[in-house]
Amino acid sequence: MSKVEKRDFLLTGLLFGLLMVGVWWAQSHLNAYLVRIFNTACIYVVAATAYNLVNGITGQFSLGPNGFMAIGGYTVALLMLPLSQKQEVYFLQPLMWPFNAFSFPPSFFLLALILGGLLASLVAICIGVPTLRLRGDYLAIATFGFGEIIIVLANNFIPLTNGALGIKGIPEYTNLWWTVNWAFWTVFALKNLVNSSFGRALKAIREDEVAAEAMGINLFRHKLLAFALSGFFAGVAGGLFVTLISTVSPTLFTFTMTFNLLIIIVLGGLGSLTGSTVTAILFAFLQEGLREVEAPHVIGSWTFPGIPGMRMVVFSAILVVLMIFYRRGLFGRRELSWQDFVNLWSRRRKVHGIS
Amino acid sequence: MEYRDSRILYLDKLTIAFGGLVAVNDFSLEIFQGDLVGLIGPNGAGKTTVFNLISGQYFPTRGKVWFNGQEITGLSPDRITALGIARTFQNIRLFGDLSVLENVLVSFHVRTRSSFLSSMFCLPRSLQEEKNIREEAYFLLEAVGLKDMASESAKSLPYGQQRRLEIARALATHPRLLLLDEPAAGMNPQETQELMEFIQRIRKDFDLTIFLIEHDMKVVMGICERIAVMDFGIKIAEGTPEEIRNDPRVIEAYLGAEG
Repeated sequence: MSKVEKRDFLLTGLLFGLLMVGVWWAQSHLNAYLVRIFNTACIYVVAATAYNLVNGITGQFSLGPNGFMAIGGYTVALLMLPLSQKQEVYFLQPLMWPFNAFSFPPSFFLLALILGGLLASLVAICIGVPTLRLRGDYLAIATFGFGEIIIVLANNFIPLTNGALGIKGIPEYTNLWWTVNWAFWTVFALKNLVNSSFGRALKAIREDEVAAEAMGINLFRHKLLAFALSGFFAGVAGGLFVTLISTVSPTLFTFTMTFNLLIIIVLGGLGSLTGSTVTAILFAFLQEGLREVEAPHVIGSWTFPGIPGMRMVVFSAILVVLMIFYRRGLFGRRELSWQDFVNLWSRRRKVHGIS
Repeated sequence: MEYRDSRILYLDKLTIAFGGLVAVNDFSLEIFQGDLVGLIGPNGAGKTTVFNLISGQYFPTRGKVWFNGQEITGLSPDRITALGIARTFQNIRLFGDLSVLENVLVSFHVRTRSSFLSSMFCLPRSLQEEKNIREEAYFLLEAVGLKDMASESAKSLPYGQQRRLEIARALATHPRLLLLDEPAAGMNPQETQELMEFIQRIRKDFDLTIFLIEHDMKVVMGICERIAVMDFGIKIAEGTPEEIRNDPRVIEAYLGAEG
């Protein structure tokens, strides 16, 4: 390893250590509401960076992450739900085999998340093989259709999903340790991938497919790789989400979820993992912070009734403003690296006359 | 036996029709190891289509392409590149948003062996491989005189340097045969002169066989040892620059028939 690599490795380790200390502190000092927002933020980080790998880095316009999150979510729910709860929840139609015969003990939570991710990734490959031959709008429509199909299945395949009633009483295994770790390792792994030979191949596909292929890059295999990896992390994010809010139903993973993720990656900058990470956290906080605009207000003698859905209007307005002034999102395609922080630090030292 | 071994590219009666338009018709050509062959012809003669047929962008209606004793007709462009044919494009197709260095690094991907999982977790093997290809990429950039621009974005380079970057990117795939599509297009006489020297140099340094399309007669006549002439999709002449210069069919194609 070179000197710079060693420094970056150390700084990354230091950041991880700080995050873990932060989580330990937050568990005992922050109130449940704030912890909940942080959890949601980290889940958005996992889902958004994975989504950006396909849409921003590889340049393939997919609209299906809600489907992959649903697959991961339902898988984890069915694996982790205790047997007694399964009997209670599935009162319309009994749960089908094999899920009615077993349930994972709490210590298998990580395995359940990985299985959820792997299943989502497998489905991504099955969907990707026919659809990744399409480009642009056609790919968007095909993947949008896939997401809708998953939701329709979730609504109607009652022996497996319990239909529109959903599954309640999923044990709340997800806490800050889980979400922060997944967010950290997802960004870590994707960042390394993007900076590797594979990442350059994906970016080359985004820039010019004809030239990329002429330089020896197998377009189909690399698009499929990006799609499958993205599916894996989306599945894990879905699994974390359902064990955070302890319930899963089809309404949780409708197109609104994809739309939220799309806002995050476009605002952050298509092709910037840093951007997706920052805006995912901002988005989670804004979503809560803007509840205020939906509440009824009294100003002077005027009473404004609360309008549900006003938050989305605000988001849309932010999106419009950003598209006018920052057409390529907050970060464009740039990434923050440790070098940037080191440069910033040394410049500050110069400004203050410390040598 | 000697003859078969040294034949690196053999186009056997290549024909491609787009609907009713036959863009290339019964085009046959042999290129030998170490050759520098030129392909000329009026606009729309089908020269770039021949390149697209060799490099796999198009699939011929009839005919075969042999490379190094192996039939490559119908293979995908990435497979053909992996076998050792690299190309540049008439209208420069760099990866504009990537840096100059990254543009060259992309081409090494076809030779790298580490898996995506090893890349994701920075395993030593990937790091070592990355270090090796970076060294080689810098070496190539130095060879084309772009080392100082390594971190600039490719689209910010001036035109002539973009052309040279495209050649460096093609060289990075470790080709045995290099296809250059109008390398001197849009260059001033000074740049053209440099380019001619550059092509001679890389041919020697990288042990290349070069097949190029060019409109600039000074370049074609100056560096090519053999020239093929196309008109309306058909090969109308082939020979040394001297033979081509005096061939009445070539003069007719370029200047029109007498009388």
